[in-house]
Amino acid sequence: MATEDVVLLDCWASPYCMRVKIALEEKGIKYEERAEDLFGGKSELLLTSNPVYAKVPVLLHKGKPLCESSIIVGYIEETWASPPLLPSCPYARSQAKFWVDYVDKKLFDAGGNIWRTKGEAQEVAIKDFIEVLKQLEKVLGDKDFFGGDSFGFVDIITIAITSWFLAFEKFGNFKVEDHTPKLSAWINRCMQRKTVAKVIPDPEKIYEVVINLKKMMGME
Amino acid sequence: MSGESVKLLGYWASPFALRVKWALKLKEIEYQYVEEDLPNKSPLLLRYNPVHKRVPVLVHDGKPVAESLIILEYIDETWKHNPILPQDPYERAQARFWAGFIDEKCVPAIMSAFTNQGEEKEKAAKEARENLKTLESALGGKDFFGGETVGFVDIAAGWIGLWARNVEEIAEVNLIDAETMPLLNAWFGRVLEAPVLKECVPPRDKLLEHNRGFHKILTAASS
Repeated sequence: MATEDVVLLDCWASPYCMRVKIALEEKGIKYEERAEDLFGGKSELLLTSNPVYAKVPVLLHKGKPLCESSIIVGYIEETWASPPLLPSCPYARSQAKFWVDYVDKKLFDAGGNIWRTKGEAQEVAIKDFIEVLKQLEKVLGDKDFFGGDSFGFVDIITIAITSWFLAFEKFGNFKVEDHTPKLSAWINRCMQRKTVAKVIPDPEKIYEVVINLKKMMGME
Repeated sequence: MSGESVKLLGYWASPFALRVKWALKLKEIEYQYVEEDLPNKSPLLLRYNPVHKRVPVLVHDGKPVAESLIILEYIDETWKHNPILPQDPYERAQARFWAGFIDEKCVPAIMSAFTNQGEEKEKAAKEARENLKTLESALGGKDFFGGETVGFVDIAAGWIGLWARNVEEIAEVNLIDAETMPLLNAWFGRVLEAPVLKECVPPRDKLLEHNRGFHKILTAASS
């Protein structure tokens, strides 16, 4: 089978890009990664492929662009059937999509508020973040993965963001494990997967990224 | 299918509940409608949507589905006739992209134009116009976003034709500009007059007064 033309406009530190890479790896799809310099100057290809948001990730499949990470993962799921990332029953699928939407709306921003704030505002941000984690832990329950016995869509969407948890923990001076041990166990379980371990960068490097972001934004 | 129970928890003035009503009507699905008395949310709503505590919620054989766009996809996957989303994965991704754009960009900008005053209001209105112009690029010369018939994006965006017009009248801003977005403007007229959709739209006068009431409260609070 000829290698399909799959190109990813990427930034190594972006959890949104990590999601797409994990999905591609899970499906065994060969792809070309093209690093974008988000601060130095976005490529012409990025600006023409994603004129609405000018953001990564952008997946180009046979030259046709797809934007927004959760939508891209959905496209990957629907284009390459095996292994399935979503259950087959419509109700279970709707629940998975609900939690993908929840993670999209809540998790990264809640974490971001921790390193963006200080003092009382930061305490509130940490509390809010932990509440989101607790909600996710509740959804996970005693399952190995959000997908049940198998690693799936919700796992992919969520595990990518956990690469930033160390940064949140260091700036907020707390540990996720102390509040949501089952979720921490799930993180470790996911990191055992070859596909995830290949894609997720060293959280210490992400911590350095956040330090630099703060410097750039003029924050102490 | 007989013997199935389909219930929709909604609110007459909610554009998100309207999306679901439209989908159910287009699929000719019989359902029981439960009007929520917002802001006095019923124990039923809080039980069925504990995370977001809002309408719409579709309850199918006792199992709840929340968030309007997710409900639309559930309806499309469960009742396969009169499809709402296209079959092709790339076109599906495009439809989802534009529906997401409406919720992430158009809705907040229109709301901001409604709730703010002075310069903030004008800034929000300008952003809303830009977003709507961008949305128009997805429509092109088609009758509907779905092509010849109403589809996912039409259902997601059609409400703007009513609500944005109310915001224009009440807040005295320009949102849907017939000159700069003629195709979108024509589409608004077409989608709200489409046979099945037209029947579900809330009474215009009632909606206008309802929105006007909200506006008074919001602007009194900020002045």
